[in-house]
Amino acid sequence: MRAVRLKKSSLDTDKIFKIGTSVAAAYILAIIVLIVFELVTGSFPVWKEEGFSFLTGSDWNAVEDRESFGAVPYIFGTLVTAGLAMLMGVPVSMGIAMFLSELAPKFIRTPLSFVIELLAAVPSVIYGLWGLFVFRLYFKDWIEAPLHNMFGDSIWFFSGTPFGLDIFTASVILAIMIIPTISSISREIMLAVPNSQREAAYMLGATKWEVFKMAVIPYSKSGLIGASILGLGRAVGETMAVTMLIGNATGPAALPQSLFKAGQTMSSIIANEFNEASPAGLHIHALIGIGLILFLVALAINIVAHLLVARVLKAHEGAVQA
Amino acid sequence: MITAEQRAEFRKHFRYNVNQRLVKDRIVKAVVFACVVIAIIPLGSILFEVFKNGSAALSIEFLTQIPGAIGTGEGGVGPAIQGTLLIIGTSSLVGVPIGVLSGIFLSEFGDNRYSKTIRFFNDVMAEFPSIVIGIFAFLIIVLVLGNFSIWAGTFALSIIMLPIIARTTEESLKLVPITYREAGFALGIKRWAIIMHIVVSSAKSGLITGIMLAVARIAGETAPLIMTILGSSQFFAGFNGPIDALPLRIWRLSLLPYDSAQAQGWGAAVVLILIVLSINIAVRFIFLRKRGRGLQIKYQRRGQK
Repeated sequence: MRAVRLKKSSLDTDKIFKIGTSVAAAYILAIIVLIVFELVTGSFPVWKEEGFSFLTGSDWNAVEDRESFGAVPYIFGTLVTAGLAMLMGVPVSMGIAMFLSELAPKFIRTPLSFVIELLAAVPSVIYGLWGLFVFRLYFKDWIEAPLHNMFGDSIWFFSGTPFGLDIFTASVILAIMIIPTISSISREIMLAVPNSQREAAYMLGATKWEVFKMAVIPYSKSGLIGASILGLGRAVGETMAVTMLIGNATGPAALPQSLFKAGQTMSSIIANEFNEASPAGLHIHALIGIGLILFLVALAINIVAHLLVARVLKAHEGAVQA
Repeated sequence: MITAEQRAEFRKHFRYNVNQRLVKDRIVKAVVFACVVIAIIPLGSILFEVFKNGSAALSIEFLTQIPGAIGTGEGGVGPAIQGTLLIIGTSSLVGVPIGVLSGIFLSEFGDNRYSKTIRFFNDVMAEFPSIVIGIFAFLIIVLVLGNFSIWAGTFALSIIMLPIIARTTEESLKLVPITYREAGFALGIKRWAIIMHIVVSSAKSGLITGIMLAVARIAGETAPLIMTILGSSQFFAGFNGPIDALPLRIWRLSLLPYDSAQAQGWGAAVVLILIVLSINIAVRFIFLRKRGRGLQIKYQRRGQK
């Protein structure tokens, strides 16, 4: 009876299920393709009007009949803030990950990693609010002003009067924001290092630091690089906190010349001006064009990250197989 | 044979070396500990300032009223709270089914070139600039329908949710032992039924974790809302119109030069941070171990490839 019933069902439910899930999975691919298509067509007028000078110019003028747009200051602004954030954030994150995976006693580990992960959950706009009304004031008086007084004349990037709404403040906030991302992933990676590796190093009389240097880092290097690049991705795309703190200069004034000058990133200029731009003029197409550049930069960072991790992994294959 | 002098010489060097190494070890430990303190200060300060400055603004009126005239400090953030909850709901309705299904696909049918491509782009999208997704939703929905709308916001936020849910689903399904599936096959159960009834239901807590983390993420998203739902000072008036959201309201209030507006901004921040942190804390306390193990196993797998 039962066997006959099975034969009778002509509907291959398994096949339907597989096709259904694969269609759902394909949705994200379709979205990415559509994003590229929409951004290219949406920004087409600005490429037609400005040509290559959109990528090399630094003008930003939305007044009718005098419209002129160049993306250079914002591309640089994004690269400089994200780079500075990585410079400050990565070492601190690695330290935290090391503390959480190697040094901290058991009863501190769980609550502390939980606290660090809470930092990642705080919405970006709240970082912005805190940065704007609290952090900026302390930072200006205690860090920026002394640096300016000491090095303002001799080192160019400390010139300019510290005001708090500048590239430096935005970078520090970005660093604070990427620390939880990098450190919690790095911690997971360090915890994945087999204890036998550590024990072998301890047996040779190594101190904690030497164990970390000799056993943990070589084993987890690729993962740590990947974690850092994930942080870079977050820094590049971060919008609200930066928008609220970077001072929002436009045009040639936004070119990063000093740490203590107002700047602008690709994401912050879109957030600031998108609602003001009239859909009839060139302005909104210029902003969409910047969105396209941001999209390509983020895509490149992520693809490079994956390729890098894959390459380092390959080089390590023999050693890791324990 | 080692002479007595040689032994003394060796001891001198050895002790010196050990002391140096121990000092180095201490220094590193101190530096590492300082890193932890550096990271904790901002969180402590943020929570302290938000609750200190925001709790004064909180009242029944603040939570339920529409905003008053600019600069007066009257009214509240009722529409923003309503909008945030509404848009979380609609985005989840779109994002969760698609995300879970693609997670199932990646975990259960995921060892060919097609799924590797999808996994790659899911990873790429997970940390993607959300403002670009906002522009996309603006171009494809706002321009087509002709006005800022909840539809556009839902579309944008569901795209942001998707990769998070797909990844956590995949990871937690992969934690289910292969023997569960084999037991199902041995009983002659169809594959889709095994996956839905055995695999997914034993990985349920992992799935819920992923969904809640995605919800917490979109609750705080601001950038894509600027060009989709726009913000409004009125309550919900249909899906094809603009609405307010807490992050948007906080941003707009922080730009106003009035002390009363700033106080309201802090008040809205308290509400938002309570929503986001309570979701996160709930997730950690209920499903803490599963998620940690999932990530760990993922990277172990990576390391062994």
